[in-house]
Amino acid sequence: MKRTIELNGNRYEMPAEVGNVEELLSHLELAERIVIVELNRDILAKDAYDKPINDRDQIEIIHFVGGG
Amino acid sequence: MSERYSRQELFAPIGEEGQRRIRATSVFVLGAGALGSSGAEMLVRAGVGRLSIVDRDIIEWTNLHRQQLYTEQDVVEQLPKAVAAEKRLTAINGDVNVTGIVIDVTTQNVLDLMDGHDVVLDATDNIETRLLANDAALKLGIPFFMGACVGSYGLTFPIGIKEDQPCLHCLLETLPSQTLTCDTVGVISPIVVTTAARQVADMLKYVTGTPFEPKLESADLWTGDRASIGVASMKKSGCPSCSENAVYPFLSARESMKTAVLCGRDTVQLSWPGSRKFELIPFADSIQGTVSKLIHNPHLVACEYNGHRIVLFRDGRMLVHGTKDIVTAKKIAAGLLG
Ligand SMILES: [Zn+2]
Repeated sequence: MKRTIELNGNRYEMPAEVGNVEELLSHLELAERIVIVELNRDILAKDAYDKPINDRDQIEIIHFVGGG
Repeated sequence: MSERYSRQELFAPIGEEGQRRIRATSVFVLGAGALGSSGAEMLVRAGVGRLSIVDRDIIEWTNLHRQQLYTEQDVVEQLPKAVAAEKRLTAINGDVNVTGIVIDVTTQNVLDLMDGHDVVLDATDNIETRLLANDAALKLGIPFFMGACVGSYGLTFPIGIKEDQPCLHCLLETLPSQTLTCDTVGVISPIVVTTAARQVADMLKYVTGTPFEPKLESADLWTGDRASIGVASMKKSGCPSCSENAVYPFLSARESMKTAVLCGRDTVQLSWPGSRKFELIPFADSIQGTVSKLIHNPHLVACEYNGHRIVLFRDGRMLVHGTKDIVTAKKIAAGLLG
């Protein structure tokens, strides 16, 4: 089943192998980073990253970086 | 009335009253690298009353593509960033009381440095110093405008504006063992300017008394990704940095030699506590026969030694270029300083 979500303001076709938020973070190479994730306008707690991602979900991810 | 700020005063949300408030503002800029250059220039042009800018580093060729206050001549003269920044910012707006301070911000000096300012612009290049500044600003009750960027990506968040909002410590549930740096992934100037612009816009809103809701915001200028998250729910009631019973854990550390691998550079910094004093001219004399390309000015001594370029600053810090290995750097310091 094809799922199209909005990721950080852009249209994003979900890869077939990505089912939940945790897998999305790995796919985006953010698994090792400190991130804050918002799913459909609610901040997700770390223990809720196994939540499945559905078609038309709206996700925002902000990761912390060091530079400046 | 000076015409200088007329276009800024014509902007209705600022107006003449807003301009007076900007003028009455004293800003502390933590870092004179990329974000510090860009943010400080905007603030000085906007007409703040006083601006202090602190930095531990000297200007390098690798800085010039993004650190807008500096010139080729500054690199040739090996000027400390804070010295060159003060000179350039004063030339831009002589009405602003600008002070550049060449110093490494540590647990021992951060409160003294920051005290007496109204707002803090975060322009540091590493997360440890950012958390130290978060604690210091919260303890002093000064709003702290966080900003960070690498690659084409940057993020901002204003801290200490509203009681119900989290601090940086609340947001970082666990401390990162390693963050992305300009060393590992590079950086482009457009994201520097964008990130600094957001910090300064929030700061101007704050100092002119414009109510606004603090948001954690990010932008990636290469991919077009952007995010804006209201993070009030992440405020921790027992946060050691911002709760009623705060202990400011990042402000306490024992006095000892500190080491750091610098962002974006193949360089180790060694710094000694204030109790160890360095006299530059005797030091330069003592190493004359040992090193090559020796130069010194009132701020520092620089030389080459065992294939490394070494810079010793008056405030008791040494930069060892050409290595990321702290032990190698310590050996070199021991070799030159005993
Ligand atoms: Zn906090």
